[in-house]
Formats: sequence, C-alpha cells, structure tokens
Amino acid sequence: MRAELVVVPVLLPLLTAGLMLWAGEGRRHVKALLNVLSTSLSLAAAVTLLVWVQSQDAVAAFGIYLPGNWPVPFGIVLVADHLSALMAVLTGTLGLATLLYALARWQHAGVHFHVLFQLQLMGLYGAFLTADLFNLFVFFEVLLAASYGLLLHGGGNARVKSGLHYIAINLMASLLFLIGVAVLYGVTGTLNMADIAQKLQAVPTSDRGLLHTGAAILAIAFLAKAGLWPLNFWLPGAYSAASAPVAGLFAILTKVGVYALLRLWTLCFPENAGASAHFGGGALIWGGLATLAFGAIGMLASQQLARLAAYSVIASSGTLIAAIGFDAPALSTGALFYLVSSTLAGGAMFMLVELMERSRQVEVGPQQIDDGRDRLPAFFDAAPPPGVNLDDNEDALIGRAIPGALAFLGVTFGICAGVVAGLPPFSGFVAKLAMLQALLQQGTRPAWALFALVIVSGLFAATALIRVGIRHFWGAANRASPKLRVIETLPIGALLAGSMMLVVWGEPALRYARDTADALHNPERYIRAVMSARPLSPQPGEAP
Amino acid sequence: MELVISLAIGVLAGAGVWLVLRPRTFQVLIGLSLLAYAINLFIFSVGSLATDKEPIVKPGLNPDLFNYSDPLPQSLVLTAIVIGFATTALFLVVILALRGLSGGDHVDGKEDEA
Repeated sequence: MRAELVVVPVLLPLLTAGLMLWAGEGRRHVKALLNVLSTSLSLAAAVTLLVWVQSQDAVAAFGIYLPGNWPVPFGIVLVADHLSALMAVLTGTLGLATLLYALARWQHAGVHFHVLFQLQLMGLYGAFLTADLFNLFVFFEVLLAASYGLLLHGGGNARVKSGLHYIAINLMASLLFLIGVAVLYGVTGTLNMADIAQKLQAVPTSDRGLLHTGAAILAIAFLAKAGLWPLNFWLPGAYSAASAPVAGLFAILTKVGVYALLRLWTLCFPENAGASAHFGGGALIWGGLATLAFGAIGMLASQQLARLAAYSVIASSGTLIAAIGFDAPALSTGALFYLVSSTLAGGAMFMLVELMERSRQVEVGPQQIDDGRDRLPAFFDAAPPPGVNLDDNEDALIGRAIPGALAFLGVTFGICAGVVAGLPPFSGFVAKLAMLQALLQQGTRPAWALFALVIVSGLFAATALIRVGIRHFWGAANRASPKLRVIETLPIGALLAGSMMLVVWGEPALRYARDTADALHNPERYIRAVMSARPLSPQPGEAP
Repeated sequence: MELVISLAIGVLAGAGVWLVLRPRTFQVLIGLSLLAYAINLFIFSVGSLATDKEPIVKPGLNPDLFNYSDPLPQSLVLTAIVIGFATTALFLVVILALRGLSGGDHVDGKEDEA
C-alpha cells in the first residue's frame, strides 16, 4: 500500500465539493452522480486501508502519511491504524447509504445538499485519520459546520429552532476544545497526539494539576458531542428535527466524540501512566451509566418515532462511554463491536422512521404530539373510531395479502429493533454478550452496575420498540399502503444486511475488534510508529 | 502585563458566560463572541508574554519560555479566529431565520409562559 492512500478519503470529498460549487446551483443530476462516485471511491479507499491494516502484524499496522513532509512532532500527521480504518469504513458505509436514500426525495429540498454532504464526509474522515490535536479541532469544525448546514436542510420552524440550539451548544463545546488544546500545549509544548502522550510521563508534579484540568476540559468538549448526560438535551430535538438521511448520517456524529475520547484517553492515561493513570475513569463510567439510564428511560417515554431513535443513539453513546472508562481490553473489544452494530442500526432506524411516518398519515392512533413539550398522552390508545376492522370484528382477515411495502417495513423494523435492543440472533446481541462476559471478569461494583443497566436498557428498548411496532403494523387493517421507492428501501436493507454480516462473520469481526482493542491498550506501539515516521528526502537532482 | 491580560480574559469570559445564558438570541451571539475573544487571548498568552521582543531563540540563552515567546500559539489563534468568525456568521444567519419564522428573538422560538 502506498502511504498516500491515507489522505485520499480527506482530499477526494474536498475536491468533489469544490467541483460541485463550480457547477453552480442547478445540474442536480451531475452533482448527484459526482457525489455517489466520490462517496463510493472514498469508501473503497477506506476499505483498502482496513484490509491493509488487518493484513499487517500488530506492530506494523500503522499507515502513516505526512501531508506537509515536515519531520514528525512539528508537522501534521495522518495515521490509519485499526481504529481509524474501522471508523473510516463505517463513515463511508453510512455515508453511501444515506446518500442513496437522499437521492429519492431529500436532495431536492435545498440548494447545496451535495456540497455539504461531501464536506461532512471530509470532516469525518479527517477527524478519524488525523494524529494531531489541533488538526483534530479543525476537522471537528469542518464536520460541524457542514452538519449545521445539513441539519437546516429542508428548512421549517422545528429545524431552525433545534438547529439554533445545536449550533450554540457545539460552539460552546468548540471553545472548550480550544481551551483544552491550549492548556495541553502549554504543559507539553506539542500538539502531536503521540508526542503529547510521550511527554506526559515527564510532566513535573507542579504542572500535573494544570494538565489534568486541560484534559478534563477537552474531555467535556468531546463528551458534549458524544451526548453524555447532562450535556445532551439538545440531541433528541436536533436529531428528530433533521431530515431522514441527515439524521441517519448524524448517527455517526456522536461516535466522533466517542472516538476522540477513546483515542486520546487510552493514549494519554493508560494503566502505566504513573500519577495520571486512569485519570477521570470513574467520571466516564458513572457519566456513561447515567447517560445509558437517561437514554433507556427516554426511549420508553418517547411518543414520536424520531425521538425514540434519537434516545437510542444516546443510550448507545452511554454504553460506549461507560465501557471505555473501565480500560479493559476485553470490554473494549465488545464495545467496538457494539459501536459498529449500533451505528449501522441507528442510521437504518432514522431512515425507517420517515418511511413509517409516511404510512401513518391515514392511520388510527394518537394525534401527532408536537407542542414542543413532548408530553405523554395516555399509555393505552383510546377506543378506535367506528368502522375500523379489529380482530374481534366480523370481517375475516384470513387470506388478505399484506402489501409488499408494509411487509418490508415490518420486517426491517423488526430487525432494526432486534439490533438496537440486543436480541439474539442479531449483532446487538453478540456485542452485548461480549461486553457482559468482560464485565463478569471485572467483578467490581461499577461493573455490576453496567452489567445490570445493559440488560435493563435492552429490556426498555425492546418494550419501547415493540410498542411502536404494534401500533404501526398491527393497527387497523384498512389503511393505505405507503409508496416506497427502491432507492429508499435499498440503503436500509443494505445497512441491516451489514449488521447481519457482523453476526455471520462474527468470529473475524470480533478478532478485528480484539486487535483494535489490543492496539489501543498498548499505546507504545502507536507512539513508536508515529514518532519514527520520517519525511521523504528530496530526489537527487530535484530542487530542495 | 500578566495581570492585565488575565483580568481581560476573566472579564470577557465572565461577561460571555452570563450572556450565553440569557434567553435572547442576540445576547447568546454576543456572549459566544466574547467567549471566543477571551479564549483567543488565552491561547495567545500560552506562548508566554513579552513586550518589545522578537519571538526567536537567541544564541547563548536557554531556549525556554523565559527567554523567548513561542510563536506557534499565535498561529493557532489565527486559525481559531477565522473558524470562530465563520461559525459566528453562520449562527447569525440561523438567528435571523428563526426570527423570520417565529417573529420573536427568544432562543426557544416563543416566549416563556408566565
């Protein structure tokens, strides 16, 4: 593999976005084609990286590229290792699926959808591949700026209102990010992540307090993006107001915060970090547990499908943050598997929600509750209006075919619910089983708390989703079947097929997750690989 | 010098936090801008403060922050200013859109019910 491949997923979307801007506001077909082409190619690059990383032995599995050709601690470094490659492939997969979905209707709802989409992908790929703290900040801003535009895509009061909250919260988080970066730079004198980790050992005791303050402020910025309770009140509003493909893509945005946390925390505060070992681990565990509980109760309490999906994103974030806080390789293995599974299911869920809402327009059920308060109506539906064919009614229901579109929605919703709630035989179950096994080995009190909460939250999720499923699919029989287009159903099917593949090839997938966790928990390898990268020397005869 | 900069950062950040917590969108915008200024000054001061000196290592002197100013935080501040400026402009657009849609300038799009 050539090292330049690492930079392809960042440059390709940027170039495509520039090209699209050049094409002006019209020519939607050309832009759509360019977008699909560029997203597919960057996904292919990410997959190549993943395959390459996996084929190397653990010590050598670091694809390193120096974009400015400066020596290492001074210039920006891009690194593709197990975790980065995994996240990049996840980004590409989700990006391609949501893009295909958007081609059916949503691309027409605003002007610069395709440009913003490409810039969003660029920010995501960059954030996952960079190994420089300030560069991470820049890519965070790129992906956030694009996400502001995408969130507002389609317009309307609800979107603008929740967009305002989303932007305000993220601007605050970005400012905290800057404070954290500045303090860390002040203490260590470097911005390269590997170099920071290396120099943390030598920080004098008098500066430790400052270092911990900086790290904590930085962590708050990441945790706000990851949706940690109590920093996540913006999330259900923003995600449920976003248009379906955008919300589907946003399923990975909270994972960016989780990724940054996982990367930096395991790199800077491993077990052997002396006075700073496991700094803030307790806060991560208990914060994650609170988030998980909040998400699970929120799922049970939501009356709108989109809000339910948003709370499931919060619950998965909470599980991941709590699992990271234990700093145990076996638990991280399960958590990484869970990350992939929950991101795929979350993306599919947001797109399904819209299709299900579309089928609901003529349905019997509670009024659409959107007075901004998210108040709970009565738990049981009121008596059905006359003329509705219920089970105990006179007409025979036998022999009446279910419309194909409804059957598709029902089956995919069932699979999606199974993955989110972690029921066998779906990938969520494999992930939760791996985590529960690891938690049994821990045996501490927080481990038991997480053990119980993972199971209880699964029950809550299953209850909430089954309730929604009953209301939508076992409701009155005389309702119009929704009209679905192939290009809308294909991505949902593909995402869920991806999560099924995680089960069928569970062994290699878990092995990859284990290698990733091993690499994360042995940060010396990462540090050595990054620090030993050398810039290319100029070719003889070339001007220096 | 240090005292003046610290006081300036403190006052800017304090005023910014107070404004961000206000219910009017324009107050939030100004609050975020003030916070951004405070943080830019803070990053700037990380590279050590000195008057009338060039930010280079002088021969014979120990190259630490007592003897020279680190120029890197200044370049970070430049990037932060540009990004902050752009996102503030974007925020302003959304504020105007919300005002057009809701007719008010409350951050929730409607006034609190008394």
